[in-house]
Amino acid sequence: MSELMTRPIAAPAVTVESKPFFDAAAEGKFLIKRCTACGEAHWYPRTICPFCHSDQTVWEESPGEGVVYSFSILRKSPSGPYALAYVTLAEGPNVLTNIVDVAPDDVKIGMRVKVKLQDTEGGPPVPVFVPA
Amino acid sequence: MSIKGKAYLMGAYEHPTRDAPDKTTAQLHAECARGALEDAGLGFDDVDGYFCAGDAPGFGALSMIDYMGLKNVRHMDTTETGGSSYILHVAHAAQAIAAGKCQVALITLAGRPRNGGNRPGAGGGGRPPQGLSDGAPEAGFESIYGGSTHNTYGMCAMRHMYEYGTTSEQLAWIKVAASHHAQWNEHAFLKNVVTVEEVVNSRMISDPLHLLDCCVVTDGGGALVVVSPEIARSLKRPKVKLLGAGEAPKVQQGGKLDLTYSGAVWSGPRAFEEAGVKPADIKYASIYDSFTITVLMQIEDLGFCGKGEGGRFVADGGLISGVGKLPFNTDGGGLCNNHPTNRGGITKVIEAVRQLRGEAHPKVQVPNCDLAVAHGTGGSLGVRHGAATIVLEREA
Repeated sequence: MSELMTRPIAAPAVTVESKPFFDAAAEGKFLIKRCTACGEAHWYPRTICPFCHSDQTVWEESPGEGVVYSFSILRKSPSGPYALAYVTLAEGPNVLTNIVDVAPDDVKIGMRVKVKLQDTEGGPPVPVFVPA
Repeated sequence: MSIKGKAYLMGAYEHPTRDAPDKTTAQLHAECARGALEDAGLGFDDVDGYFCAGDAPGFGALSMIDYMGLKNVRHMDTTETGGSSYILHVAHAAQAIAAGKCQVALITLAGRPRNGGNRPGAGGGGRPPQGLSDGAPEAGFESIYGGSTHNTYGMCAMRHMYEYGTTSEQLAWIKVAASHHAQWNEHAFLKNVVTVEEVVNSRMISDPLHLLDCCVVTDGGGALVVVSPEIARSLKRPKVKLLGAGEAPKVQQGGKLDLTYSGAVWSGPRAFEEAGVKPADIKYASIYDSFTITVLMQIEDLGFCGKGEGGRFVADGGLISGVGKLPFNTDGGGLCNNHPTNRGGITKVIEAVRQLRGEAHPKVQVPNCDLAVAHGTGGSLGVRHGAATIVLEREA
């Protein structure tokens, strides 16, 4: 179990609401949504703020730094073991993702991670996280 | 009881768009919700009942409650009868309000058939969606990561262990208890009694959950009949009375999620309060057991023990009938007996009814079982789920 985990990812479903996110990802930028009415950042990104219900939400580029909140390693898959995780971004929200480029036994709650935009099969890149 | 005069329609809003290439269906639902609430002079935080039908994207009510950030929902209804659904929802909302289950019911409908959205009938229709999806609003940010039941529940177990020191051995005791019960059930899918060692030494499926931390996968089903008091009095079977019920969605809360608790923290107290009983009064509990961790978190959240104390509570046979403090899932539960079509809620109610009638297997029947609870978690404990609790009493 010391081999570094990777995981091929299928093309994400892109909506008119999420298209700016994936267009930016194709240019190497990781965006989150923040509400200018209440100041809170949220995830997954949407037009209407899930906290104060304002539609004054804006895209914001994030350095994509965070810590692992929790994870689970599914041991058997066609591409080998992979880590599903929630990462708590420095901006606050928890992001559902995969942790890659790390050995299964080395993933820990609380470990520092950084976003990596990974190419998908026929779609735009998506955010995964790697050890910081 | 009649709904006559028990509810009022105070907000209504028709979205002005007739062609929405630049919005998602979820967004349209939310904009309609805002319009109707503003019309009524209310806000999203006033809503405690949510109603939607098959046009709601993704996981229906759960996806939309998550998208809209509804924080106070205690009643949900997703009855689907096509175009008439929303009229029926008005009637169901009035019933819920009359019964005290909610005070402000929000009903939404939205869709984009001109822009590639779902259109009833053969052949679909509308303009091509330019490669864009209009399904679950969360899909592009979630489904691509390989989330399954095993690893989303695994994340809950991992965090519970991290915060409270819960161990794999403690989780294993839950399977052990279910297996002790299943040995007496001739229909159980797994009838063999297992040990803690066998559970923790079984194959790791998704850390920290082993093969024997998981429920069975079975074909099958079940059904229930609920009747009026008048009909009940005319029948010959022992009477099992519904004393209280509670429900709650638990969603990702815009990313402010906490995996250490379930929606039972809301549904449980609602049910116990309506029933006028306390967790300590309960003689038997049917607790949804998709995985061992599901049971552990729910018994904490229902108040059978304190938060973080579930591991010690279930250890050493704490859930075994005749041995422990809280006899649970005496049919062997989903962990050993049956989890028909991956939906275990109905078998939870069925075994509670058997216990209250005194018709459980004699080896697992709880003596003088007059008060029981059945509780379930649907969807994913680690992503978004709906919790439901009912309190049942045997009427002498």
